[in-house]
Amino acid sequence: MNRPGNLENHTLAVVVENKAGVLARVADLFARRGYNIVSLLVAPMDDERFSRITIVVSVESAPLDQIVKQLFKLVNVVEIMEMIPEASVERELIVANVKVPTERRDEFTAIIERAHGRILHDGDGHMMVSLAGEPAEVDAIEADLKAFDIFDLQRTGRVAMRIVGAEAPVTKV
Amino acid sequence: MTAPERLNGGQALIKSLEMENVEVVFGYPGGAILPVYDPIIDAKLRHVLVRHEQGAGHMAEGYAHATGKPGVCMVTSGPAATNVVTPLADAMLDSVPMVCITGQVALAAIGTDAFQECDTTGITRSITKHNFLVTRAEDIPRVIRTAFHIATTGRPGPVLVDIPKDIVDANNPAAYFDWYWPEIEDLELPGYQPNVDPDPTAIADAVELMLAAERPVLYVGGGVLKARGAEVLLELAELTNIPVVTTLMARGAFPDSHELCLGMPGMHGNYTAITAIQQSDLLIAMGSRFDDRVTGKVGAFAPGAKVIHVDIDPAEQGKVRMPDVPIVGDCRLAMELMVEELKAKGAPESLADSSAWRQQVSGWQEKYPLTYEQSAPGELLKPQYVLERLRDLSPEDTIVASGVGQHQMWASQYWTFDHPYTWINSGGLGTMGFSIPAAIGAKAGMMDRTVWSVDGDGNFQMTAQELVTAAVEKIPIKVALMNNAYLGMVRQWQSLFYEERLSEVYLSHDMPDYVKWAEAMGCVAFRVEDPDEVDAVIQKANEINDRPVVIEFRCHSEENVYPMVPAGGSNDAVIVDPTQQPTLDAERAAKEASQ
Ligand SMILES: Cc1ncc(C[n+]2csc(CCOP(=O)(O)OP(=O)(O)O)c2C)c(N)n1
Ligand SMILES: [Mg+2]
Repeated sequence: MNRPGNLENHTLAVVVENKAGVLARVADLFARRGYNIVSLLVAPMDDERFSRITIVVSVESAPLDQIVKQLFKLVNVVEIMEMIPEASVERELIVANVKVPTERRDEFTAIIERAHGRILHDGDGHMMVSLAGEPAEVDAIEADLKAFDIFDLQRTGRVAMRIVGAEAPVTKV
Repeated sequence: MTAPERLNGGQALIKSLEMENVEVVFGYPGGAILPVYDPIIDAKLRHVLVRHEQGAGHMAEGYAHATGKPGVCMVTSGPAATNVVTPLADAMLDSVPMVCITGQVALAAIGTDAFQECDTTGITRSITKHNFLVTRAEDIPRVIRTAFHIATTGRPGPVLVDIPKDIVDANNPAAYFDWYWPEIEDLELPGYQPNVDPDPTAIADAVELMLAAERPVLYVGGGVLKARGAEVLLELAELTNIPVVTTLMARGAFPDSHELCLGMPGMHGNYTAITAIQQSDLLIAMGSRFDDRVTGKVGAFAPGAKVIHVDIDPAEQGKVRMPDVPIVGDCRLAMELMVEELKAKGAPESLADSSAWRQQVSGWQEKYPLTYEQSAPGELLKPQYVLERLRDLSPEDTIVASGVGQHQMWASQYWTFDHPYTWINSGGLGTMGFSIPAAIGAKAGMMDRTVWSVDGDGNFQMTAQELVTAAVEKIPIKVALMNNAYLGMVRQWQSLFYEERLSEVYLSHDMPDYVKWAEAMGCVAFRVEDPDEVDAVIQKANEINDRPVVIEFRCHSEENVYPMVPAGGSNDAVIVDPTQQPTLDAERAAKEASQ
C-alpha cells in the first residue's frame, strides 16, 4: 500500500454539501477515473450544511490538477484546498491493541511514554494504546508496535488544517 | 392575496415541466411512474409514447441537438430506468442537455429489493452530470428547476430525477403541498457556478499567438454548437483567414461550402483536415476535447503546434494536451472577445502572412479529395453515391441523424453541412441504434424541416421499432437504410487488421425483409438496387410528408471507409483511398530521402 508521507501523495481538503450520497459521488469519481485514494476521512463541519472530506491522493495515475478539476465538476463539491506541507498541519490517530507479555511490560510502556501515547485499557495480557500525531510519528509508533504481537490496529487517516496566513494554493476554478 | 394552489407531487411535476416550457416529453409508463401519467391527460405538453425506453432517451437527445432546448424523457423504475442508461451515457459524452425523470418504488420500499426496484441514482451516477432522488413532494418544483438549470448551463449534460411513487400519489395526503416556483437565484447550489466569462488576459495572449501564426488551424468541436457560436465563428475565421476543421460533433458549425472549411479531421477525416492539423504551428481548439478519434497517437498529434484551448469545462484543459493558452469559458463569448481584440490589434492587416499556408492546404485538397469508384454495371450501390444523391436532392437545411458505423462516416464525409444543427450523431459513445429515435426527436422539435435518418442495417435492427412511434404519432421522418449486409465497420477492421478473418459480422441483405418490416410499422417503403433508380426514389420519398418513409439501399458489401488512421497510430500515417495511396507513398518516400 501507498503509505502517507510518500512524495507522490497530496492531501486535499474537500468541502462538500452534507447530503445523502455525496461521499459515494466522490468515491465513484475516483474509481471511475482510476485515481488512487490513499486515505479518506469525512465528517460534518461546524456549519452542518457541509462536510469536509480529507483525501490523501496518489498522483501516480493522474496529475493532481486533473483530479482537482474533475472533483470540482461534482455539483455538491463546494471548495477544494490542497494542504501543502509548508502551509498546513496534518494529524492522524492510531489505536492499537497489543499482546504484551509480563516480562516486556516495562519495555512497552517506555515506548508509549516516549512517543507521548496513551494507554487506554490494560487487562488480560493486552494493552490498548492510542497516539495522535503527525503521520510520520504515527508511522514510527506503528513500526515499534510491530515488535509485539498486535491483536488489532487501526489508523484513522489524516486530517489537515491550513496555517493562518499561509495561502491555500488550490481554490475553486 | 389568493391562497396558494394545493397540488400533489404528480401534478406539481407536470406543472414544473410546463413552467420549464417543455413542449414534448418522450416517455413510457409503468408501475412506479403511474401517478404522474394521470395528470398528463390534462397537461398542455405533448407526450410521445415510445416503443422502448432507449428510444425515449435518444429522442430527447435528438430533440435537444436540433432545437438547442433540453430534451425530456420520462420512464418508470427498474427495467425502464436501466433501459435509459445507454442514452444517458450517450448524452453525457456528447454534452447533450437532457432531463430524465424516472419513477422509483415508494420511499419505505427503497432498499428492500422491492418489485422493479433498482438503484437508479447509483447506476447513473457516473453517466449523468448530476442526479437526484427526491424524498419529499414539496421538493419537486425546486429539484426540477435545478435539474433544468444544471442540464442547460455550463457544459450541458443529462440530469436524472428519481421520484418515489408515494410522493406523487394523489391518494397520499403527505404528497400535497402549496405550489411554488423558485427563482434560479434561490436554488441551493453552493458548489455549482459554471464560469462562462473568459479571462480577458488569456484572450489577449491568444490573439498574440493568432497574429503571429503562419500555419494556424481552427479545430472546432461540439462546444461551438452548444454555445450557439456558429455566427461568430464565421466572423472570426473570415477576419483571420484561418482554415477551419469541424469534428464529428461540430459538422455544420462552419459551412462546408466555405473556402476556409477543411471538413472533418480524425480517424476517418479527410487528408487535408488531418494534415493541416499535423503541420500547423497554431491549433485553436474551440470547444473540442482532443478525443482519441481525432488525435490518434497523442504524442504525435500536431507536434509543432502551440495550442489555444477554449472550453467551458476547466477539466478539459490539459486533460489530453497541455495548452499554451487555456481559456475557460463559453466559446461564443470567447470568440466575440477574440474578434474585438483582433480588430483592436489591427487585424486583418496586422496578421502574419499565411497565404503560403492556405496555398499548401488547397494543394492537398486538390491532390487528395474524398473519392470512391462508382459501381460497375450490375453491381450493388456505392453508399457514397447514395449519400451524394440524397444530399443533392434534399432541401438544403435538411437535418441528418446518423447511426454508428461506416454509413455514419460516409454521411459525415459526403454531406455538405452548411447550417448548424443539421447533423446529429452519437460521437462520444458511438451508440448503434441512435439514428432513428434521434431523428424522431429532432423532427418532433422541428416539424417543418426534412429529417433524414441515415442508418446501417445493423443499427436499424436495434431501434427500428420506434418507426411505429413515428407512424402513430405522425412524426414523418425518412430513413435511408444503407443495407450492406454486414456490420460494415467491424468487417472493415477485420479485413484490415485481422487478415480478412471475418468473425460474426455477416447480417445478409435479405433477412429480414426491410421493406415488409417497414410497411408493417406503418411506413412507406422502397427498395433500390440500381444506381439509375436512386434519384427517382429519393424524390418520391422527399414528397411524402404524412408518414415515415424507409428506403432500403442495397449497397456493396466490400466498400471501406477512407481515409483512415489506424487506432492508436499517428495521424501522419493516414491511409488514403487505394487509388491515391501510391501517390502519397511516393511523396512520403521522397520526403524521407530528402531528410
Ligand atoms: C450498441 C453498440 N454495439 C456495438 C457497437 C460496435 N459497432 C460499431 S459500428 C458496428 C457495425 C454497424 O453495422 P451497420 O449498422 O450495418 O453499419 P455499417 O458499418 O455497415 O454502415 C458495430 C457492431 C456499437 N458501436 N454500438
Ligand atoms: Mg451494415
